[in-house]
Amino acid sequence: MRKLLFLLLPLLMPAQYNLGRPATPAEIQTADITVLPDGTGLPVGHGNAVAGEVIYKSRCAVCHGPKGEGRKNEYPALVGGKGTLATPKPVKTVGSYWPYTTTVWDHINRAMPFNTPRILPPNDVYSVTAFILYLNGIVTRDQQLTEKTMPKIVMPNRDGFVPDSRPDIKAHR
Amino acid sequence: MALSAGVAGASAAGLTSCGKGDDEPSASGANMRTYGERAPQEKTQRVIRELSASPGTGSSRTPLQDLYGIITPSALHYERHHAGVPAIDPAKHSLLVHGLVDKPLIFTMDDIRRFPATSRITFLECGGNVVGEQRGIFPETVQGSHGLLSGSQWTGVPLGLILREAGLKPEAKWMLAEGADACRMARSIPIEKALDPEVLVAYGQNGEALRPENGYPLRLIIPGWEGNTNVKWLHRLHLTAEPAMSAKETAYYTEIRPDGKAEIFTFVMEARSVITRPSGGQKLTSQGFHEIVGLAWTGRGKIRQVEVSVDNGKTWAEAELQEPVLSKALTAFRFPWRWNGEEVVIQCRCTDETGYLQPTREELIAVRGLNSGYHYNGLRPWRVKATGEVVSA
Ligand code: HEC
Repeated sequence: MRKLLFLLLPLLMPAQYNLGRPATPAEIQTADITVLPDGTGLPVGHGNAVAGEVIYKSRCAVCHGPKGEGRKNEYPALVGGKGTLATPKPVKTVGSYWPYTTTVWDHINRAMPFNTPRILPPNDVYSVTAFILYLNGIVTRDQQLTEKTMPKIVMPNRDGFVPDSRPDIKAHR
Repeated sequence: MALSAGVAGASAAGLTSCGKGDDEPSASGANMRTYGERAPQEKTQRVIRELSASPGTGSSRTPLQDLYGIITPSALHYERHHAGVPAIDPAKHSLLVHGLVDKPLIFTMDDIRRFPATSRITFLECGGNVVGEQRGIFPETVQGSHGLLSGSQWTGVPLGLILREAGLKPEAKWMLAEGADACRMARSIPIEKALDPEVLVAYGQNGEALRPENGYPLRLIIPGWEGNTNVKWLHRLHLTAEPAMSAKETAYYTEIRPDGKAEIFTFVMEARSVITRPSGGQKLTSQGFHEIVGLAWTGRGKIRQVEVSVDNGKTWAEAELQEPVLSKALTAFRFPWRWNGEEVVIQCRCTDETGYLQPTREELIAVRGLNSGYHYNGLRPWRVKATGEVVSA
């Protein structure tokens, strides 16, 4: 009998528990900050390195350094490291390592400035992203980034990522 | 590191005095407490390491050398934060499920606790645990080398039940899990894993609510996967067709190979083991019997075997596994040993149920080079000196 009940249990269980309530479009819009590599999720906006430099100086330079050089063991550098990934001392920065411009935009938008994240309006995020890409030689100083143009910019390490190959060490028994 | 060595000594010495002393409060003993505390002699603690000048970006390490069994006291569970510990009011906390679903839903904590619950004992380990050893930096203690590792019993709702309420669209292939910490830490999880009945949206840790530093009031638990994917302070699940390629899954937690390409989405923690006693910073005070104890664990299931060598790696003998041996949980092992007072290197290695054997450092480096930076799982020898002092070998 007990066994029978056990077998029946999945049938007796509700397909759904009807818990939770519908989320309104407004609630989703407020919470949804995801930006995907194809640009989905980017708000309408624009900015270039000229405007970005001003914002960077007032909001970012204190930690990441005036030229994005960072401070060793204190704050990550945002520039440099080009051509180091296959050397004994790889330097991973936005310029040398990050695969997508959207990753940069998304990270600044969700997490920076460190002590007051999510205070920059979209245009400021475009501008400061443009400035960091400019410091890395990826865009020109007056190149306008928008929700349409930015995802199309190919980062130097775009093709630098490959799938998990493990178990790669074959010491099986 | 000197601190943790001192602490280990203090707790070992602390247990010896239980006779009547001058400071004995009263013959009938102390009163009850509404929330217990450990004995005042017990001082073992986490060691904190900040990774930037801004507080809250670092880690604190579990004192493995001082603990027993496979459950880490919640107060000593390791921490790794990218923007500190948020203060969250559970009455105001909610979980939003949206994106490629039939109906986007919001769950309160009460809603989540009404789902059928599951409890599961698992290990949790930072993807960057032991990373220095790949580059030849050997911390003096096991807390320093392996301390981004803990074991707990987690209680919560299988994630699949929550996703089923919202109804997944066929195009939903990934799920971005986001925390409510200051940096909105976010990781993309493949949908097959999100629907794995092992994966929990957890609110309980070792019988009580999660600790704030471990995600209070809600976190993801993905048994066997690198700690960072077990998103803390969980408040949003976004179903997508492609991974978001967030900073923490591209710039961090990716592994550079010798050719300069980096492996991405390397989720599973492969088999590891380490001797926790005697270990670096401790001292054997006499020759004769000493039990060697340690931990083994694997993200691919159960530990099948642990072997110990007490002769500089020349021969290996099987250690006894302490029951229970649970899938994707810490497994305790022990090995009886007589120390003859001579300098010797002791070490352990484990095999998991897939037949995977924990590699030596040399075997690992031969394949991965020195730059992969995460998921280092090489053997960890300790040198017992003739003085009884234990140091890294
Ligand atoms: C108070 C110091 C501080 C300020 C101000 C600050 N940051 Fe940061 N930033 C940090 C810290 C700390 C990290 C590393 C956080 C972690 O561990 O995840 C970081 C990480 C980053 C990263 C990721 C870099 C990498 O490779 O890890 C980017 C990009 C970034 N910041 C951009 C900015 C921008 C743009 C601003 C200004 C709008 C800014 N930051 C302001 C402290 C700061």
